[in-house]
Amino acid sequence: MIEVEHLVKSYGQARAVNDISFKVEKGEILGFLGPNGAGKTTTMRILTGYLPATGGTARIAGFDVFEQSMEVRKRIGYLPETPPLYTDMTVSAYLTFVAQIKGVPTAEIPNRVAEAMRMATLAERKDELIKRLSRGFKQRVGIAQAIVHNPDVIILDEPTVGLDPNQIKEVRSLIKNLAGQHTIILSTHILPEVEMTCDRVVIINKGRIVAAHTTQNLTTQLKGGERVRIQVKGAAESLRASIASIEGVKSVEIESSADSLVTAEIESERGADLRAQIASRIVNKGFDLLEMRAVNLSLEDIFMQLTTEEHAEGRVEAKGAAKAEEKAEEAVAETAAP
Amino acid sequence: MKGILAIYRRELSGYFVSPIAYTVIGFFLAATGLVFYLILSAYMEQSFRMQMQARQMGMPPDIDVPMMVIRSFVGFSGTYLMPLLLPMMTMGVYAEERKRGTMEMLMTSPLTEFQIVIGKFFASLTFFALMLAPTLIYYMLMSPYSEPALPWRIVGAGYLGLLLLGAVLIALGSFISSLTENQIVAGVVTFVVFLLLLFLDMTTRNSSSAMAEVFKYLSPLQHHETFAQGVIDTSSVIFYISTVSIGLFLTLRNLDSMRWRRA
Repeated sequence: MIEVEHLVKSYGQARAVNDISFKVEKGEILGFLGPNGAGKTTTMRILTGYLPATGGTARIAGFDVFEQSMEVRKRIGYLPETPPLYTDMTVSAYLTFVAQIKGVPTAEIPNRVAEAMRMATLAERKDELIKRLSRGFKQRVGIAQAIVHNPDVIILDEPTVGLDPNQIKEVRSLIKNLAGQHTIILSTHILPEVEMTCDRVVIINKGRIVAAHTTQNLTTQLKGGERVRIQVKGAAESLRASIASIEGVKSVEIESSADSLVTAEIESERGADLRAQIASRIVNKGFDLLEMRAVNLSLEDIFMQLTTEEHAEGRVEAKGAAKAEEKAEEAVAETAAP
Repeated sequence: MKGILAIYRRELSGYFVSPIAYTVIGFFLAATGLVFYLILSAYMEQSFRMQMQARQMGMPPDIDVPMMVIRSFVGFSGTYLMPLLLPMMTMGVYAEERKRGTMEMLMTSPLTEFQIVIGKFFASLTFFALMLAPTLIYYMLMSPYSEPALPWRIVGAGYLGLLLLGAVLIALGSFISSLTENQIVAGVVTFVVFLLLLFLDMTTRNSSSAMAEVFKYLSPLQHHETFAQGVIDTSSVIFYISTVSIGLFLTLRNLDSMRWRRA
């Protein structure tokens, strides 16, 4: 549905988007993840025809976004970072206007507007002036605006930014409901959002794609090796020795051992699932196995690894995360257009 | 056409929920009401005096009060009131749209820039016509007492002139509004430009050097004079229509170039 090839956008010397390529299949939700200033908004603006690209091609539903801009614009619903609202209008009048300029046939407009308001749960507020609505409702009007002409492709730029936790939940479930019949690209710098809503994720930093995977795959692919966390009753040192001797175990890290209760994290070679061997070894050696679970690196950790230079440690602690965030911000300052 | 109509309707209804628009209408009607009253009473006094003189000299009085009132009123509104008030009407047309972020929506909708510009222009012009219309009541009130009878054809020519001049100022003001995101800046710049036009008009009015003739021809306010006399001069109509076209064309080009300049 969406094909982007070698897309480049330069502002003078600076490259806001640098050779980006990706594809989105029909009905998929693609998450566009990256720190502020990574080039997400620029890429989306190119896809919507708002900005011309410096190089590369982008096609939506088979139409080139530069050559056949009008065809593309008919098929796209777009929510910019700040919802484009005429705040002096009522919700229904505003959506009717949007339906008109998007080229919805006049006879279908009332139905489309009602449907968009139903999906965004705005029906009760339809006669209210937009300026009297709360931030969350305004955002929903913004989303309703993007779906009112029933577009094939919906592009949402940071749809949950500035909302409170309840509103975020509502917006996310609204987006999930839209998937299937619509192809969706959404950008965010919030990682759990991608984990919760997206099928696939493209991680972008300083205008480049640093990783592109399915959300599930990304976690397994990038975490380096498998990690297993165990809690065992017994002596720490002999436990370490007996586990370390299992073939495929890279390291054993004792996290705490008090009152003969040992918590340890075991890292194995990439792709090796040693949980069965570890369990039987522990039991055979006479320890009591209290707990065992696979540790999934959160997207947050992966993100930090990918977007910061220092990613040797693998796991990022709270302090490191803060530092990485600073780094990300520096990166923003660097990539910001002059 | 549907796109133009959608933009037109939204823009026009936008005026009617805007406090600025009501302020402009209110001020315009108050000012025109006062000016009309002052002009009318001045000419009546003059005609009264001339009648007295005429009686003494034994000559017929030589003043057409209704005609003079129309001329002065149309001239004054066009030359002084409109350049003062229209910047407030046009300053937000594009600047607000850019600031609100709705420009991004318009530009990513299947609308051409031409549809946007035309829709907005005619909405502003309609609003201006609606603002002008109530002043016709003044003539209706005057008409029964008018001696000689009120020359409605001259009223018509004068108001056509006001509409055309308004169209020029709107096209110019909208273009200036499309250059910035800040409607105050747009308003002030438009105002200054109109003041310059007025200044140019006043300094060249009594001069007949070659330079002055050129400026006179290029001044929308000078062309307005002929309409205020009740004359529909084709060359002035063409001048107005081409000036409007230039303003709209510049706006169109500017919207188009915004895509390429945007950082």
